[in-house]
Amino acid sequence: MSDLRDLYQEVILDHNRSPRNFGPLEGADLKADGHNPLCGDKISIAVKVEDGVLTDVRFEGSGCAISKASASLMTEGVKGKSLDEARAMFERFRQLVTDQNALVDPSLGKLAVFAGVRDYPARVKCAILAWHTLRAAVDDNHDIVSTE
Amino acid sequence: MTGVARTESEDSAHVLDETRIREQFPILTSMVGDRPLVYLDNAATTQKPRVVLDRLSRYYAAENANIHRGVYQLSQVATDAYEGARAKVARFLHASDPSEIVFTRNATEGINLVAQTFGRSTLGAGDEVVISTMEHHSNIVPWQLLCEEKGATLKVVPISDQGELDLDELDVLLGPRTKLVSIVHMSNSLGTVNPVREVVERAHARNVPVLVDGSQAAYHMKVDVRALGCDFYVVTGHKLYGPTGIGALYGRRTLLDAMPPYQGGGDMISSVTFDKTTYNEVPHKFEAGTPHIAGAIGLGAAVDFMTSIGFEPIVAHERRLLEYATNALTAVPGLRLIGTAPQKASILSFVLDGVHAHDIGTIVDTEGVAIRTGHHCTQPVMDRFGVPATARASLAMYNNADDIDRLVGALTKVREVFG
Ligand SMILES: Cc1ncc(COP(=O)(O)O)c(C=O)c1O
Repeated sequence: MSDLRDLYQEVILDHNRSPRNFGPLEGADLKADGHNPLCGDKISIAVKVEDGVLTDVRFEGSGCAISKASASLMTEGVKGKSLDEARAMFERFRQLVTDQNALVDPSLGKLAVFAGVRDYPARVKCAILAWHTLRAAVDDNHDIVSTE
Repeated sequence: MTGVARTESEDSAHVLDETRIREQFPILTSMVGDRPLVYLDNAATTQKPRVVLDRLSRYYAAENANIHRGVYQLSQVATDAYEGARAKVARFLHASDPSEIVFTRNATEGINLVAQTFGRSTLGAGDEVVISTMEHHSNIVPWQLLCEEKGATLKVVPISDQGELDLDELDVLLGPRTKLVSIVHMSNSLGTVNPVREVVERAHARNVPVLVDGSQAAYHMKVDVRALGCDFYVVTGHKLYGPTGIGALYGRRTLLDAMPPYQGGGDMISSVTFDKTTYNEVPHKFEAGTPHIAGAIGLGAAVDFMTSIGFEPIVAHERRLLEYATNALTAVPGLRLIGTAPQKASILSFVLDGVHAHDIGTIVDTEGVAIRTGHHCTQPVMDRFGVPATARASLAMYNNADDIDRLVGALTKVREVFG
């Protein structure tokens, strides 16, 4: 078992305590809801899009430290990115938290703190819920996203 | 070792010998990383004593044959062992006769069996089934499916802030259209032990039969289906220190006789022609196809194991341990117990201020402590208490005060991480 501090890094604990971009988004263009039935995590993501660029991203909901921090850091990470760039980041993030051998892609920036999740397979879903939900929002998919 | 069992002097015949009990469960000596395993997820499944493991391997090594079919000796040996296990389960639940015991895959299948046979043949449009807020999803969804199919309605008895069943409301909900009450004996997320006898009396006063979900109760206390007076009672083998994939349904004989079969196939028939098939008698009518022979025999060994220890010492040990654990956990800063009914057993669900249950689970696991986190397949209970999830420590006969001390120590680590 790897060190707990690899999972619960200071940045993650900080974003859990004070999540950024948390709360409703007035005049959102796209929205989606996500749910992790296993642990009861619930998240809603709302975005504003202008000329194919995510000009604002906010989230609401409740969940464990990993899922909340992931959502918070994601909103920071994708703001200002184009929809295609956001989709590509999702793929890189997925690889980061699931692939034992993946090198950390420098373009992920602060999101690299989630590399520790790959040693805790039961927690991968927590880390990735926000991203699945964002993806549903930008794809304008109205089904509730479920990790199960 | 702290040894709660030793803090009071009691008749030694009624005191569980912790060390001797623990020695019988091989898994309890395993390590999680460099820490000895503390297993506190018994409500999900219990560990297996050596007698059960040995019985399974003896069956496969020396007695394996299909049952009810062969004229050769080995098949007779297997049949006798399988039917012998049915008799053991019947005695364990204090049923009148082994024919009142139907082997199933688990408790879930027992409930679905009743829904699909008794329920389907009894319920019509406008009829009602009564359950409670504290049911496991397996005692909710089968009734929802049935009600949807039949145009019937599901009525839900509420629970108090302590997690107790509201019996007054039960009386209100029991009406002329009620066709069945289906209620959990002991809640897997709250630990509440329901007054089943009272529920049965109130339901029977209106001629309504009662199914009891005994998944949790049956390994914590003596179950006597005749004393309870219930009409159906389901148990699941893997929580009875037995194998997975085997469970049992007790059904009152008159009801079982009147019920249509569950699944069609071999073993459940007495004769088949293309014009007409006549069904085998109970309980075989409900056991189509080759059953989990080894599982049933293993379950027989498991109930023998519990009987040989006796529920008096098991109950006394677990009660003391629950008290010890309740005191130890409530002393943890920021910890709140969910489920505080005066009548409860062996389950401690809790939340910790500012820390999600899932994070608690991961952190205590690194200390070798296995607890459950989530909604425990009882989402309506989580909604009732306004929490997304809880952490749950659940006890079995082999747990001791050391296990609780290790859990409390691990919770300190949670505080260290989360500040
Ligand atoms: C109260 C209760 N009912 C039903 C079940 C379902 O048991 P099984 O999954 O073995 O069918 C469980 C356990 O998960 C339970 O705790």
